Amino acid sequence: MFRSLIRLKSPFGSVISLYNVCPRHQHSSCTRKYSTATSERKKFYQDVSISQGEGGLYEINLDRRKLKTPGGNLFVVPNEALAVAVATEWDAQKDTLKFYTMHLTTLCNTALDNPTQRNKDQMITAALKYLETDTVCYRVDEPPGLVELQKNEWDPVLHWIENRYDVTVGSSSSILGPEIPEATKDTFRQHLSSYNLWSMTGLEFVITQLKSVILSLGMIDRHLSVEEAVLLSRLEEEYQIRRWGNVEWAHDYDMYELRARTAAGALFVQLSSESSTIKHKLMQD
Amino acid sequence: MPALASPLRLCRGILKELRYLQGPSYKQSPAYNHVMDQFRRNKVTEERYCRAQQEAQHAAHTYLCLLESTRNHLVLHNLYHAKGERNPEEVAGLVGLKLPTQPGGKGWEK
Repeated sequence: MFRSLIRLKSPFGSVISLYNVCPRHQHSSCTRKYSTATSERKKFYQDVSISQGEGGLYEINLDRRKLKTPGGNLFVVPNEALAVAVATEWDAQKDTLKFYTMHLTTLCNTALDNPTQRNKDQMITAALKYLETDTVCYRVDEPPGLVELQKNEWDPVLHWIENRYDVTVGSSSSILGPEIPEATKDTFRQHLSSYNLWSMTGLEFVITQLKSVILSLGMIDRHLSVEEAVLLSRLEEEYQIRRWGNVEWAHDYDMYELRARTAAGALFVQLSSESSTIKHKLMQD
Repeated sequence: MPALASPLRLCRGILKELRYLQGPSYKQSPAYNHVMDQFRRNKVTEERYCRAQQEAQHAAHTYLCLLESTRNHLVLHNLYHAKGERNPEEVAGLVGLKLPTQPGGKGWEK
């Protein structure tokens, strides 16, 4: 309860999800009209295609027009896989554009426009703030069933991350949460600074979705699948569902949304940090 | 390592979602070609321990999860949340209740 209150106040979570797409000439009305996550607009194009522009960057074309970001920048992505995935999102829209289903497009826009005007260090600091209130570190004292469940499900991930990064994190059932040593934060800070701006945008998005640095890194490092990470992030809710029953229009709705967002973020991180691996492969062939 | 589905299942799953999104002509889309290309390219290393292959498999799994979850979310959204506010009967019905009815029908007390 308290944790969710604290998290609601967390400054950057909502900005990203509200950041949506529209062509430049509509920009002034966009900020007013299309600024909510549930907005829709009429589909104004038929064909979606990809072209490779200057510097080997990929662009998206809607009919004959180039896609732009809400900030008016040209929409370019660093590799083909991401371009294909974004083009598929635009292609999949039927009569209306449902921006709340186009997570990869939204993430690219955020990375291109950087609407919060932050540099990488500020993003890392914002992301690491979640470590202090990390989902898997906050435990309950009662009911016994949930205590047991949290221990069984969260401890293995916690141990894994402690071994993987050689850090101490620990867990606590106090309202203040566990005492995280400075050395741990430094290690994570150092690790996160190896990501480029694009992957950091995706990673921060994942962290704000899962409310957990540990689960996010576990997923990015391929220790957890998206489904597992989402399940662990929603552990208490799953426990309550098991006890009181599942409500499709609330529980399933939230779960699928969280899965979609988390998967988009994870894929975004993987694809944005991939350019070096692709070069490797070509050399090996 | 999470238990991931086999590459074949992942591939078929993704193609199924693409067909759902793009209709019968989905085989002409760049997404179809890209997905098939990726799966073919990573096929040779299937039996060996290969980081790139696991990376590809994980990416495929994540993409499949993205497509499936977005579709399911949209279905639930259209079913429950897309029609604006519900009237009192529907709200009551959602939690398995019925609104009280007047015993003699409406306006019986007059």
